[in-house]
Amino acid sequence: MAMMATRTPGRVFKWTVVDVVVVVYALVPVLWILSLSFKTKDAIADRSFIPTEWTFQNYADIFKTTDFIRALVNSIGIAVIATVIAVILGTMAAYAIARLDFPGKRALVGVSLLIAMFPQVSLVSPLFEMERALGLFDTWPGLILPYITFALPLSIYTLSAFFREIPWELEKAAKMDGATPGQAFRKVIAPLAAPGVFTTAILVFIFCWNDFLFAISLTSTNASRTVPAALQFFTGASYFEDPTGTVSAAAVVITIPIILFVLFFQRRIVAGLTSGAVKG
Amino acid sequence: MAEIVLDKVTKRYPDGALAVSEADFTIADGEFVILVGPSGCGKSTTLNMIAGLEDISDGELRIDGQRVNEKAPKDRDIAMVFQSYALYPHMSVRENMAFPLRLAKVDDKVVRQKVEEAAATLDLTQHLDRKPGNLSGGQRQRVAMGRAIVRNPKAFLMDEPLSNLDAKLRVQMRTSLSKLQKQLGTTTVYVTHDQTEAMTLGDRVVVLRGGIVQQIGSPQFLYEQPSNLFVAGFIGSPSMNFLPATLADNEVNSPIGKFALTDRIRSLVEAAGAPREVILGIRPEHFEDARLLDESAKSGGATFTASVDVLESMGSDKYAYFTVEGDQATSQELEELAADSGSADVPDRGSQVVTRLSAASEATQGGSLEVWFDADKVQLFDPSNGKNLTYSG
Repeated sequence: MAMMATRTPGRVFKWTVVDVVVVVYALVPVLWILSLSFKTKDAIADRSFIPTEWTFQNYADIFKTTDFIRALVNSIGIAVIATVIAVILGTMAAYAIARLDFPGKRALVGVSLLIAMFPQVSLVSPLFEMERALGLFDTWPGLILPYITFALPLSIYTLSAFFREIPWELEKAAKMDGATPGQAFRKVIAPLAAPGVFTTAILVFIFCWNDFLFAISLTSTNASRTVPAALQFFTGASYFEDPTGTVSAAAVVITIPIILFVLFFQRRIVAGLTSGAVKG
Repeated sequence: MAEIVLDKVTKRYPDGALAVSEADFTIADGEFVILVGPSGCGKSTTLNMIAGLEDISDGELRIDGQRVNEKAPKDRDIAMVFQSYALYPHMSVRENMAFPLRLAKVDDKVVRQKVEEAAATLDLTQHLDRKPGNLSGGQRQRVAMGRAIVRNPKAFLMDEPLSNLDAKLRVQMRTSLSKLQKQLGTTTVYVTHDQTEAMTLGDRVVVLRGGIVQQIGSPQFLYEQPSNLFVAGFIGSPSMNFLPATLADNEVNSPIGKFALTDRIRSLVEAAGAPREVILGIRPEHFEDARLLDESAKSGGATFTASVDVLESMGSDKYAYFTVEGDQATSQELEELAADSGSADVPDRGSQVVTRLSAASEATQGGSLEVWFDADKVQLFDPSNGKNLTYSG
């Protein structure tokens, strides 16, 4: 609020310039991809930012074969299932970590931190061997399981921070008002933790959606190959033709769900929902 | 409405720390009982054990004659008001107050009517559809009260409900709380660390220190007949003056002079088997400016002359502060009280004596004053165990 009070034309100008620089820096590559996706094959290398000739041919091309559609279905299915499971498990684990004192709590927190810090590259070969032996290779569960494993620490950490912010007295008050522990969680704690749950869900979904390492290593066919991996296998009309146009179009298409996801849930991530619960 | 009995209730934490030791008292039906003591004395733990939010390690808690040690909070039919109010931020004031009734599956029409009744009592009717976040401190406090009274519980438990309000509002809420309790006639247990709240609100006050009940009684009784140094020093504001003294030949030799014991005190002290070294305690109001008293009034006490360090004129009275040369009275209880009030850190030479004088006194700051005190109102304590040697309760 103090910033508002000292709003002078000079400051406004300065911050506007800074904002514009940051936004341009972040958006130029995205717009470049967008522009490439609308260019014709011959104009790809013409170095102009705005396409001289607009075409939807690249988009039509990627949806012509089943490869991309299949990959899109895999991506959505795998990311959604992994997100749902990771958030549900994460909610329960985070609640326990924030509220309960149980033997092995420090070990649990330590192990989940360890998983978060473990370089995933070093696990790819063992996972590859294990999944082949277990018959999980190139299946949905074969990707969902590692995604859950690596998303859980993220979701536990984010959620336990949210749970810790909910005053414990609210739960005690609910108990005194006649609620069972289950009712207290459902009617008081869960509604207050909702913004945290949505934030975590977005983070986990983006993590699963963007993953390339596991997607390329643990899949071999359209049965479970997700879009980031499938992009690698795009080819032009001939072997020597560069598929830049179609790759750009596919990249734009897979960015759309993320943008929609964030826009849709942004409203639910309302800060300060807990204000007024207690004095302060 | 119910009677609450604490039968040697004890709380021991897993690490062996004893939070409450054999609390043994009965709260009568409809009574307003205050648990008071410095922080860490076990008063909140005791309240939480009555509420069911903390397990009882030993002893028995009975509500209406029934053992409730193992019952969950929701089965005890007790309402609680928290220090932080603990209002549900995502619900309107109406839903906050209705929450206990909704959980009890009360008919919607009855819920509406009861919430509106409670809101009218607490002057919250126009705020029913607002969220707690948009209310002032005093309004939030009233919503918390409303949530407690709406379902007519057997008892109210209040954990420092007024300590988050500013001073003026606190005094106002204190009187309305007292009125409300009398009007509803519900058994109430109230925890506070503020001795003024304890004195003004309660039918009876329980003073706790280090998990042990020190004394139970009406506020006036605790004030006049404290059973030990701790209660004497804790109850009353400004607090009682303590001075080291020696007792010989029915005379007290203290830094404020030598004086003879009155007959009443002599018999009490003899019965208690007083040691030679004692701590003399005098309340500020038992002093008076000697010039304002005639000879016959002065005969019941003794006088001393000292220079006034600080004079505070309150309009109705004057508070004069003196420094008396000599050692300070020392005992474990007094050190604890000083640590709690923070005055242990104030460097002090000699003992300070606070006196409450009539507004007519002509005392001046820095000037010398002859001060009289009532020898029959002094209290003597045993420094070794803090026991009041003049206790006649």
